[in-house]
Formats: sequence, C-alpha cells, structure tokens
Amino acid sequence: MNWVWFHRFGSPPYFYRFAGRWAPWFLGIAVALLLVGLYGGLAVAPVDYYQSDAFRIIYVHVPAAYLSLMTYTWMAIAAAVGLIWRIKIAHAVAAACAPAGASFTAVSLATGMIWGMPTWGTWWAWDPRLISQLFVLFFFLGYIALRGAIEDRDRADRASAVLAIVGVINVPIVHYSVEWWNSLHQAPTLLRSDGPTMPMSMAWPLLVMIGAYTFYFLAIMLMRARAEVVRRERGGAWLREILAAPEASP
Amino acid sequence: MNAARATALQAAVAVFRRDLLLAFRRPGEWLQALAFFVLVTVLFPLALEPEPSVLRLVAPAALWVTLLLASLLALDFLFREDARDGTLEQFVLSGQPFTALLLAKVATHWLITGLPVVLVGPLAAMSLGAPSASTPGLMLALLLGSVSLSLIGSIGAGLTLGVRRGGALLSLLVLPLVMPVLVFGARASAQAMAGEEATGALYLLAAMGVLALTLAPLAAAAAVRISME
Repeated sequence: MNWVWFHRFGSPPYFYRFAGRWAPWFLGIAVALLLVGLYGGLAVAPVDYYQSDAFRIIYVHVPAAYLSLMTYTWMAIAAAVGLIWRIKIAHAVAAACAPAGASFTAVSLATGMIWGMPTWGTWWAWDPRLISQLFVLFFFLGYIALRGAIEDRDRADRASAVLAIVGVINVPIVHYSVEWWNSLHQAPTLLRSDGPTMPMSMAWPLLVMIGAYTFYFLAIMLMRARAEVVRRERGGAWLREILAAPEASP
Repeated sequence: MNAARATALQAAVAVFRRDLLLAFRRPGEWLQALAFFVLVTVLFPLALEPEPSVLRLVAPAALWVTLLLASLLALDFLFREDARDGTLEQFVLSGQPFTALLLAKVATHWLITGLPVVLVGPLAAMSLGAPSASTPGLMLALLLGSVSLSLIGSIGAGLTLGVRRGGALLSLLVLPLVMPVLVFGARASAQAMAGEEATGALYLLAAMGVLALTLAPLAAAAAVRISME
C-alpha cells in the first residue's frame, strides 16, 4: 500500500496549506448541515408522545455526547501516532482536539441537565453514564492542564500523549455504561447494530446534526492545529515565504 | 536470555532493598501519609454528629476518600528525590529494563505507604463503628485497592515529574483514573461492614489490580523517561 499521502501530512508546510484550504469548506458544510438539521429537528420532526417538545433537545445533546467520545478517540490516536512515529503534526492535532472535546463534553452535560429537569424531574443524578461523562470532562481538563504545565514543548507533547493513551480506557466505559449497569439514562436508540428504534422522521435530523457537529469539529481542529503549527514553526523559512507572498496563502 | 533475565531480577531486588533502606533511614516521609490517613478519618466523627448509625453509614466513604487522598500525598515523593539526584538517569543508563526497576520502586513505595494504611484502616473503620468481624473483608479490600492506587498513581507521578508545584495537577490526572477503585472499594467495604458477601466487588478490585500491575508500569516508565529528557 502506498503511504505517501499519509507521510505528506507530517510536513508542516503541506499540513499548513491543507488545513488552510479545507477548514473553511468544512466550516461551510457544518453551517449548511446545522441549518438543515435544526430546521428538521425543531420544525419538521413529529412531537414525541411521552416527552412532547422536550425531546427536541436531543438534536443538540446526542451529537455533542457522540462527538465528545469521538474527539477523545481521535486525540488518543493522534497522540499515539505522534508518540510512535515522532510526527510533530500529530501532536499538534492531538493538542487541537482537546479544547474542542472539552467543550463538546461540557455541552453534552449541560444539555443533558436541561433535558433531565422536565423528563427525570432532576438536574443531575449520580448515574453511571453521567458520572463517566463527567470524568471524560475532567480528563480533557487534565490533558490541557498537563500540556500547560510543562514548558518544554517536545516533553509536553509526549507526556500528554501518554496521558491520552492511558485515558482511552474511559471510552468503552462511557460507551457501554448504559448497557452494563442499570442506568437512568436511556439505552441508545440511534446507533445500534439492529438499526434505529426511533422513527425515521425523528432520526434523520439527528443524523444530519451529527454530520454538522463532525464537520464543525474537523474545521475547528484543523484551524487550531494550523495555528499550533505556526507557533511551532515561527522561525521556519517556509512560513516566512508563505507570509511574504499573500496571494499564495489560501 | 536466561542470564539477562536473572540480572534484571537481581537489579530490581537491589532497587527494592535500597529504597527500603532509604525509607527506614527517613521515616518522616512515609509516616506523614499514615498520620494524614489517621487524622482525616478521625475528623469525620468530629464534623458529623457522633451518632453510631450515621458514622457507620459514612464509614466506607470516609475510609476510601481518605485512602485516595493519602495515596496522592504519598505519590509526591515516589520519584522526586531520585529524579533530583540523578538516580533515575542511572537506572536508564544501567541497561536494565527500566520498567522492572520502576516496578520495584513502586513495590517499595506501596510497602511503606500502602501497607501501613491497610493495617491501620480496619482500626480507623472500627472507630467509625465497623464491627470487628468485618476486619478481614476490609483488609482485603484495602489491600487490593491500595495496590491499584500505587500502580495507577505512579503514572501520574511520572507525568508530573518535571512540573514545578505539580500537586494539584497530580490529583487532576490521577483521580479520574482511580475512580473505579474508589467505587468498588467503598462498595466492598460497605458490604463487609454489613456482614454481606463482598466477593463481587472484591473480584472486580482484584481484576483492576491485575490490569494495573500489567499495564501501569509500562505507562509509568514511558512517562518517567519523557520527564527526564
């Protein structure tokens, strides 16, 4: 198999141009999908029999929760790639994932609490799914704090990579918490091996919203990683060349 | 191959003996963690109403939260002194498997900070109203839990080695990782105190201990190596 496409990402100038070219497109796609998904979720989808209109927060809550775990997995994979093959861009990508992941996790917790009040009658319950998601948030914060605490960049990269890999143990725990333990949180209704248990009229806006969040994440991640590359390579000749010729920069 | 393995074991034993000797020459360090554990468990009856039924209810939680905090406190000096005087660098240069040497260090650290708590823990629980019949169950739970705490904590201690004033950061990194130990440790202790069968929670604690024993030294060795560069 030809791995040239992969190795090219290890080159800072190539990554800088790639991220600059694609991030606005991803952001555009995210906004378009967001508008479609929100319209579909808030106006088109039928009212739920049990929860009436309160269920519509699902269109913000589920994609955020889904993306928080996905971001974590991405971060760990990027960290492992950076640690094993010593690719600096991979460390920049992992570092760029953390703030996005922390905010996705915070949004999923906040919307879950807002949803919990009308349906469960409480803002918070000490329930496996909720606790494990809270610990995912602490993990992201710990990762960011560790990066911030170590001054030497190379050491910060590799130490935080070890932490990210160790923390992967949390991902299956969160994902399966509703199936392993008796949880107040409902079991998955969308991403199941035997197909969604919710009607398609409710499910399609949710799928569109997950797509919107994913593209938003990609755009934000590329922008942050690009800024990180600039910070690391600020002395580099290639960067000065690009900045000196404004028409060449995207 | 066989000869190399024998020397690795000998090296680990040498590290183990050296650390034990140092600990006995400097008892102040490790006694602090034990004193902290005893003192904090005694604070609970003072803060709560000293009603036996109330105390018995909070005893497992008090015991395990205090154990967690005491182990965090003790982690601070797990690698610090050896990193400062260059011993850890000599470990790396010695050509011996670094993971084995670190495992020996963690074993000594558990022996001088974890084991005293395991022995004193049931006594502290009794002061909170635990029946004396629960002592074997409590000891087993504390034994299994404190092994996991030392091993998992060594990863955090390694990661924060190069950080100045890393105490708060250490707790932010380690506490989310040891959350399951707290959950099942407290559950096993509560079941032991109620005179129930605690085998389920104890098995899970043992499983976590085995998982930590196999994986944590590798991660800790990687973390310490990175911190020393």
